[in-house]
Amino acid sequence: MKEMLAAYAEVVGQDVIAHLQQLSLPLQGMKVVHVNSTRVGGGVAEILEKLVPLSNELGIDTSWEVISGNDEFYRCTKAMHNGLQGHRGPIADSLLRAYEEANRENAEKLREQLEAADFVFIHDPQPAPLLGLCPNRRGRWIWRCHIDASRPYRPLWRYLRDHIAPYDASVFSLPDFAQALPHPEYIIPPSIDPLSDKNIELPTAEIDRVRKEFDLDPERPMVLQVSRFDRFKDPVGVIEAHRLARKFVPGLQLVLAGGTATDDPEGEVVLQDVRRAAGDDPDVKVLLLPPDAHRTINALQRAADIVIQKSTKEGFGLTVTEGLWKGKPVIGGDTGGIRLQVVNYQTGFLVRTPQGAALRIRYLLYRRDRMAEMGEKARQFVRENFLLTRHLREYLALIVGLLHQAEYRIEL
Amino acid sequence: MTATAAAATNSSDHATAAVHAQQPFALKDCSLIAIATGRKAFTLVEFRDHLRDVTLDSVYHHFWGGLLGARFEEREFNNDFAAWCRHHLHEPGLAEQLAVVDPGEHRKLESLRRELLDIIDERLDSSELAPWLRAERPFEFLRSQLVIFATGKTLQHPSEMSAVLPEIATGSVFYHFIDARRRLEDGGDDFSFWLAGFGAEYEELRRGLGKIDPFFASLSQVREELVGLCRQFCDGEEKS
Repeated sequence: MKEMLAAYAEVVGQDVIAHLQQLSLPLQGMKVVHVNSTRVGGGVAEILEKLVPLSNELGIDTSWEVISGNDEFYRCTKAMHNGLQGHRGPIADSLLRAYEEANRENAEKLREQLEAADFVFIHDPQPAPLLGLCPNRRGRWIWRCHIDASRPYRPLWRYLRDHIAPYDASVFSLPDFAQALPHPEYIIPPSIDPLSDKNIELPTAEIDRVRKEFDLDPERPMVLQVSRFDRFKDPVGVIEAHRLARKFVPGLQLVLAGGTATDDPEGEVVLQDVRRAAGDDPDVKVLLLPPDAHRTINALQRAADIVIQKSTKEGFGLTVTEGLWKGKPVIGGDTGGIRLQVVNYQTGFLVRTPQGAALRIRYLLYRRDRMAEMGEKARQFVRENFLLTRHLREYLALIVGLLHQAEYRIEL
Repeated sequence: MTATAAAATNSSDHATAAVHAQQPFALKDCSLIAIATGRKAFTLVEFRDHLRDVTLDSVYHHFWGGLLGARFEEREFNNDFAAWCRHHLHEPGLAEQLAVVDPGEHRKLESLRRELLDIIDERLDSSELAPWLRAERPFEFLRSQLVIFATGKTLQHPSEMSAVLPEIATGSVFYHFIDARRRLEDGGDDFSFWLAGFGAEYEELRRGLGKIDPFFASLSQVREELVGLCRQFCDGEEKS
């Protein structure tokens, strides 16, 4: 067995790998290309980093291309991201022109490869116009939306829909995120990679070293939110929840660990707001980590007592999945994919306000027995449902499905 | 033709299965992927109307599909319709009535759909409030696509079951033990169908398989139950 497949077999079981091998048999030698707009930072890049080589080990000729653009392009795509998540506000024509121009420039570089591919996966809105710029495409094109687009800003959706409707299929993370489109809309939740630096088991010494590095007291409880500095993640609300909970849990520490992605120009503004809200409180640590600080994030998650993801809008919420995989109960915002992962009293708690988050922090730190039970259950749920191998299996099933014109039952 | 192929193509009864007695059992695997139908219901009236018109594949998905899909929650009801009525429409009585519907009693999905519609219509007729209730979250009608493929593994004889079943994928459990209920005339599973070909010797094992309720356990738990039952049966055989 190939190296990566063998390594995954140790975590997920040989039966799961055998399943992938059988499912990929009719796809041997096919060319698949994934396109997104960032090589590092964010959940999409993390998934593709392993999904692509794993597909290659299964005999599918898979590559990953990244488009780029100028500042205006990234400002436009950030505004699109926010607009798809419901932020109401028009995007200036000049930004939309920059978006289209960047796609034209990228199409010049990628056209030959994309037109020759059997399957092209376009991730999120950034590269969406590429399909219209590859008129001689011979394969099937799939638009993969990782964003909660359940209530998009309608004028923006009308604009994007013109680019997306001609695709052969689209993929959304949850049924609620799907918009009316004239092609099959598959539902595929994302996943985490158990062998990545962010999720692999760590030696205790390494966790202790990270505690020391950030001046965290191992004798006092610690809650953690890991996410980009983004308004929809509500980092300021988490600081408020910490202040409320600390009245009842003296010495409670909070870590807000975030990074910035190359396609997120708003991060700096939100970070300043967060630092202002944290003030000079020594028990609130605001950590701006580089995009490759995966082992540090892993260690912080393992060091935490509770993982928080108090988003007000969320795609799927992979940081929730990561926290659950480390056996931690998660206090999550009652939104998007967090609802699928966090079940009250089972794997954590869903909350809507800083007050709600504070209440659940108090409860869990008081009921350590329940916290341990929930953590154990959380890890098992992720093992069965949200690891990378399940994600790849569904992509393979989707490809087979499209080859068979979306019939209900396909016997290979 | 293998026994599974016979089961898939000739969905008659166990008398037919005997015709294919003692043929190898070709183990298959499957992968299920969910597809949005674009239909959403916030009220019971909308729910009834969509259920009446939606593709039958969607009815199948909401009874069985969830067993192979990603799921964090422990299953409280045997179908998604009942769960939505309980948790989002806050109609506990209706949820209980929908949950008691046994899909195994219906040879056709259309008949299953009619029973569901009758229960909902009865509720709408009997309550002035029910038509006006609005759910916190909509019911999203999904359908699914099932990709079925050979595993290359075969069972030559029932005595091999206890050794081979622990190694099969959960997709195989779904295909042979759950999906089979839709394919076979008697609503049974592929293993029972095959065992029938070996006569009375395996009748007790078949009865045991019939007692496993696949709706409230994960597929890996169902696999454990299957394995446990086969081992128990084999041990009994050896002792006797």
